[in-house]
Amino acid sequence: MDTLVLLTLTGLGLGALYFLIASGLALIFGLMDVLNFAHGAFLTVSVYAAWRTAETVGGMPGLLLAAVVGTLTGLLLAAVVELVLIRRLYGRVKEQILVTVGLSLAVPALVQTVWGADARPFPVPDALSGTVGVLGARVPVNRFLLIAVALLVLAGIHLFLSRTRYGLIVRAGVEDRAMVTALGIDVTRAFTLVFALGGALAGLAGVLGGLYFGSLSPHQGTSLLVFAFVVVIIGGLVPITSVALSALTVGLVQQYANYYAGGYGDLAVVVLLAAVVLSRPAAGTGSPLTRLRRALTTPRTRSAGGTA
Amino acid sequence: MTATRTPRATPAAPAPAVKDAPGAEDGLLRRLRPATVPVAVLLVLALLPYSALDIPVLLDGPVNSPGSLQLFALCLVFGALALGYDLMFGRTGLLSFGHALYIAGGSYGTQLAMTELGLGLLPAALLTLLLGALAAFVLGAVSLRTLALGSVGFAMVTLAFAQAGSIYVERNPGGLTGGEEGLPLYVDGVPDALVGVQNTVNVYWLALAYLVLVAGVVWTVTARPAGRVWQAIRDNEQRVAVLGRSPFAHKLGAFVLASSLAVLGGVLHLLVTAGATPHTSTPEFTLTLLVMVVLGGSGTRWGPVVGGVLFTYLDQRLGGWDLGVEPMLILGSLFVLAVYLAPGGITALGRRRNA
Repeated sequence: MDTLVLLTLTGLGLGALYFLIASGLALIFGLMDVLNFAHGAFLTVSVYAAWRTAETVGGMPGLLLAAVVGTLTGLLLAAVVELVLIRRLYGRVKEQILVTVGLSLAVPALVQTVWGADARPFPVPDALSGTVGVLGARVPVNRFLLIAVALLVLAGIHLFLSRTRYGLIVRAGVEDRAMVTALGIDVTRAFTLVFALGGALAGLAGVLGGLYFGSLSPHQGTSLLVFAFVVVIIGGLVPITSVALSALTVGLVQQYANYYAGGYGDLAVVVLLAAVVLSRPAAGTGSPLTRLRRALTTPRTRSAGGTA
Repeated sequence: MTATRTPRATPAAPAPAVKDAPGAEDGLLRRLRPATVPVAVLLVLALLPYSALDIPVLLDGPVNSPGSLQLFALCLVFGALALGYDLMFGRTGLLSFGHALYIAGGSYGTQLAMTELGLGLLPAALLTLLLGALAAFVLGAVSLRTLALGSVGFAMVTLAFAQAGSIYVERNPGGLTGGEEGLPLYVDGVPDALVGVQNTVNVYWLALAYLVLVAGVVWTVTARPAGRVWQAIRDNEQRVAVLGRSPFAHKLGAFVLASSLAVLGGVLHLLVTAGATPHTSTPEFTLTLLVMVVLGGSGTRWGPVVGGVLFTYLDQRLGGWDLGVEPMLILGSLFVLAVYLAPGGITALGRRRNA
């Protein structure tokens, strides 16, 4: 029983981490069609910035400051990348992917040049390094922190998307970008906003990942990114709650399989992915594109009928 | 091409005698012309081991020293791997991030078939090729089914499979894969002619043969009807479906063929580097292949080869020049610049200047 509780809470913590990364990815991809390989690079730079801050200040204030610095680093980096690099390539999806791929190779190499290839310990304040007894299990405190932050972020994104004007533009843009542009709304500003938001979430995820793993290395971001991709494939792009659910599932499956199936949690996740991919109902025959278009047009006509 | 050819044939006076020859011979020449560049390149590459030329900064030793030959062999292998990858990326429009899985599969599979099953190099490589093609068929069929996210779904799923393979290799299950250190080449299973420093030249020949094989397969297949359908899928998949061809079957065919070539490439990588390294299984390895293809020029005859050779050379040599930075920083930045400044790759750059 205590093992199960520990595994569940650890899996939830891991799921929270995945959610923070995947939510940004899903928003960016949904709105801009950019498969952002640089997302892991944002995370890596942020966690190193946070690590420097936490080392300099020290203790709990250091960690809080590090969280702010990490989030801002991710935000700034993403905004700069969007404004300087991605913006020039609107409409050319493949080139956009290629640029982010280039960044995902160059940025970790830069970090490695400055701080070396070896993993370094992330300073965890005493208040967060202990464990708490839950139903007889000793659960590390940082798991609760991760889950709490992820829940806050989920609520925040949900409020942003459902209650603000920009959220409305983002949701409409994910649905049909051409129509939003045709209505005279400047989607490019929403692009920058979403990219920066994704970067900020990646930065925050970097800091929490530092707490969770207790260490940081130049390639940490890239390996986390792969699981974030898996989360996005399983969960889809919208609504954001399905991304959260999928992140949770992946985190739990990984932890359970790691313990009960002899350390093959990562493989279990991939098997889960394959199962999900295969079980997706193939509605009728025809090319993937026609099927995709049918899937996209059905809800649109329904909503058009509703407003008429 | 046609624009430059016609005016040269029509004026009577200064054109060379061959050009004035009757139609039959002219036709023969024209038919042979596409073959001249590959044959010339092949000749130069084949004669390389007989040259003792010393190029100070670019190479550590003479051209025919074992160190230089090994570098050349590695460059050729990567040129061929990039060309095989381009079969999917540039020719069919499939963005796969899981190519490394098959390369690592070729390396580790052949090595393990030699150590665990006691096979010789050739049977081990053939067995690995067979199993690799089978795996590519199954995994390709699964990956190509992801439709909800369009072509990007394919990219993500192949990435996930490759990552699983990479983790499996690094976990070192049952001491099979050697974990982070990889496996040194099992020399007892390999013919003596391919083992040792003094036999580097033979490994070089083998790498050259692999490049010729891949170039032959890729260039031949893309000129055939199947290749035309791949190109059509790249340009407009829906139209292919409307015209009654199955995009799925053709994409799967391209995937299996490219993956089989990658498995063979893995065998070559094992022989050239004298070992199986876990680095070949990482998603980053696939990304570098993508970088090579795009740098050189995707979807072109020579682009991927040029990109692969150049990238590998720089990757190997930049570390030796002691610049104080990681090679990948320079190469990654170069790549980002190239996407903006040379959209068609290096080979297209030269062509545009000529025009």
